[in-house]
Amino acid sequence: MTTILTDMATALATGDVKLIDLTHTLDPDFPVIVLPPEFGQCARFRMEEVSAYDHRGPAWKWHNLTLNEHTGTHFDAPIHWVSGKDVPNGAVDEIDPSVFVGPVVVIDCSAGAAQNDDFKLTPEIILEWEAEHGQIPADAWVLMRTDWSKRSGAAYLNMAEDGPHSPGPTPAAIELLLARDIRGFGTETVGTDAGQGAHYVPPYPAHYLLHGAGKFGLQCLRNLDKLPPTGAMLIAPPLKIKGGTGSPLRVMAMVQT
Amino acid sequence: MTDPLAPPPKKDPQKRTNTPVLPPAARSRAALGLAIMAGQGRFALQVCDDCQAIQYPPRDACHKCLSTDLPWRDVDPTAQLIAETTIRVSPEPYFRERMPWRMGAARLTNGPTLNCHIHGEVTRGDTVKMALKLDKAGQGVLIALPTEGSDTMQDDPILRAMSCDPKHRRILISDARSPLALALTEALLAAGAAHIFLGEPEDWRAWPERAEFECRDNVSLLPLDVTDTSSITRLASEIGGKTDILINTAQFTRPGTIMQNDTTFARDAMEVNTLGLMRLAQAFGPTMAARAQDGTNAAAALVHILSAQALAPDAGFGAYAASQAAARSLCNSLRAEFRPSGLRVLTLYTGPVEGDPWFQPLPPPKVTPKALARTLVSALIDGLEEATCGDIATDVFTRWQENALLLEREKTGGGA
Repeated sequence: MTTILTDMATALATGDVKLIDLTHTLDPDFPVIVLPPEFGQCARFRMEEVSAYDHRGPAWKWHNLTLNEHTGTHFDAPIHWVSGKDVPNGAVDEIDPSVFVGPVVVIDCSAGAAQNDDFKLTPEIILEWEAEHGQIPADAWVLMRTDWSKRSGAAYLNMAEDGPHSPGPTPAAIELLLARDIRGFGTETVGTDAGQGAHYVPPYPAHYLLHGAGKFGLQCLRNLDKLPPTGAMLIAPPLKIKGGTGSPLRVMAMVQT
Repeated sequence: MTDPLAPPPKKDPQKRTNTPVLPPAARSRAALGLAIMAGQGRFALQVCDDCQAIQYPPRDACHKCLSTDLPWRDVDPTAQLIAETTIRVSPEPYFRERMPWRMGAARLTNGPTLNCHIHGEVTRGDTVKMALKLDKAGQGVLIALPTEGSDTMQDDPILRAMSCDPKHRRILISDARSPLALALTEALLAAGAAHIFLGEPEDWRAWPERAEFECRDNVSLLPLDVTDTSSITRLASEIGGKTDILINTAQFTRPGTIMQNDTTFARDAMEVNTLGLMRLAQAFGPTMAARAQDGTNAAAALVHILSAQALAPDAGFGAYAASQAAARSLCNSLRAEFRPSGLRVLTLYTGPVEGDPWFQPLPPPKVTPKALARTLVSALIDGLEEATCGDIATDVFTRWQENALLLEREKTGGGA
């Protein structure tokens, strides 16, 4: 009997459907968001050896990990932000798992971001994209491609004395995406908001508006240049952390070749 | 004049590195006081509280009046070298490797005659300045020094073995982002250090002060974060064999009371201030200990800069003070663990540092990075185990030695 899933298995085996890894390696040197020092800080990824086939455990090697829910490539749940604190089922363990796999569209902002570190995703850009690819379908993930993930070291946060400079959406762009009833919004930068996102009204519009509306966030993504504008399927299940506001995760996309 | 110490040649890779051997270490309990005084750079002996007689060697009852009240007091170090001899044969491995060895007797102006090692610029009949030094076994020994030595007196082989002189040594400063790092780098280079390695945590976070280090000769910035074991083991595998002095400048400070601060900051404080030191010692310690008698630039010391709050907490710095106290305890354990190698652990106590943003609202006195660097370099040259910098740390350390419980009571608001 042929079913959708056996067709899928065949397509994966033959390469008709490819899996693209959109995840950065969890690495002690991978940047995390940096807040003013008097605030609590996002823990850097750390790995301590528990044993390595030695006197601490002769036949096995394992590590204890230290990290924040928002370290590395990670998922933001609605309760991450104050605007979403009362969203029903807003913690990672409460979210209906059916939303962890779903359609994804990619808006290519890489040319603009290459010219301008503070490149803004605006409603105009979204409407232009829709003119070409059709309206963003309801309940789809929307990813903002900037090729920012190809940066490394200090160029990634791109911190200056007036704060970080990296591309992100304007409040109006997020309003438009919410009007399309998207599932969530993802970026290649350290957060879903622009580096200078604190200066918008509301501050950090992606966080504030998306999570307030019960939508999800993905950040520190990579390989978005390998995704088509439409037609891919995103797999992004966060860890099931009780009361978790987010989670590091392996994000993958299925792409039909 | 002492022959100036030449920069050491590169190591001959066909020669086995000398295993550290120690001078005899057995001492009476009373004589351990010499090591305590030597570790602080004090020339102090027991002085009878009843008859004021200066005691030597250390003892349990006054040689003159049999009083047992013999506190350690600083005494005038002026003496005359009244006898000297040169030892050419010894059954002790430490001395056998260093023959011939001069020893003598010096009579203090105010007291007894002391058995002592002799600096090369001193001969019989000279007026000398006596000093208490820690030898390689970590025991207090006496040495007769010239009253006005030459510029190179520190290069005397007996004195050099008792010191951790930065001259010709390669030094790792664990955190280049510390407000102390630049002043330390400059002071150590001025003192003749061969090379300064600086650990750079989080090179993905830009810091403008980096430019100050980039333009210097004999200075290298290398990735190192004391909270990241993998970065420490990676660096130790690269430069562990040529790290002669390790200075831990990594600090995490967050003011806050125990009840109002949170355990996230407290955990960070422990990660950096306490476990950071432990990780550094684990990665660099064994190689440094194995190289503790490796010629002119033998590994000499592990230095940890402690807040004076390690001795007694200030109100409002609960978790920070706890991490400092824990680090102080680690330093003591490391002293015991490094004892068989002769590698020294120097703890430098400081008060709030000028330019450290976490101490910005505190009133003076504060310690300037330059003053701290000066103190640290002299403490290394003098071969100390404990030193203080600034009025606050010196005051706290003195009061702690006099009466630790009273100090704690005063600092925690229990005073009248």
